[in-house]
Amino acid sequence: MTVTILLFASLAEAAGFRRIELPLEADDTVGAVRDRLIGRYPALARFVPTLLYAVDEEYARPDTAVAAGATLALIPPVSGG
Amino acid sequence: MLIRVTPDVLEPGPAIAAVESPSAGAIDIFLGVVRDNNLGRRVQYLVYDAYPAMAEKVMSAIAGEAKERFGLEAVAVLHRTGRLEIGETSLLIAVSCGHRKASFEGCHWLVDEIKKRVPVWKKEVWDDGEEWVEGPESLGLQQAPASMRS
Repeated sequence: MTVTILLFASLAEAAGFRRIELPLEADDTVGAVRDRLIGRYPALARFVPTLLYAVDEEYARPDTAVAAGATLALIPPVSGG
Repeated sequence: MLIRVTPDVLEPGPAIAAVESPSAGAIDIFLGVVRDNNLGRRVQYLVYDAYPAMAEKVMSAIAGEAKERFGLEAVAVLHRTGRLEIGETSLLIAVSCGHRKASFEGCHWLVDEIKKRVPVWKKEVWDDGEEWVEGPESLGLQQAPASMRS
């Protein structure tokens, strides 16, 4: 059982990839998955203060539960338009 | 509703056609275009990244809200991705409405909301460097309730 993490823009450049799968753990949340990712890729830590999150394409919170097969997007401040 | 995130050139014609309605007395169009300067630096070009599936969902939700709030008949919102040169259109909005006042107001509101919450990002490329822009109106910087932040 895994969770797919999507990175964009500044995060994707800092990490060097746009997508990664991590093993899911019991009672996983957005914040817990994010912290495991940062454990592996410390270059992403500096983005955390302004990050938003989406689970399966809906904005989510750090305490939102993450289920098996879910897609978690890490969303830096947007700048469309 | 015509809602699209696309690497293709944005043309106003199809967006206008998508919102035309016999009962609409006004069609308002907004084009966001690439400017050759920002905050005193010369911009060579922009690169847009997006989370297309979610961006289209959020754009649809915003378009639906705009229709309700302003009594719009129809809304089209298109955002381009990839490399855009100076003068090219990055954002295209068309709205139709019974009367002009609500069409202007609805279009203005749509642009503001898109800049706050649609997962799209621009990178400015200058003569001497580049940077991903963090939009000053972005949800992540100012508008998010504390509970949505880390």
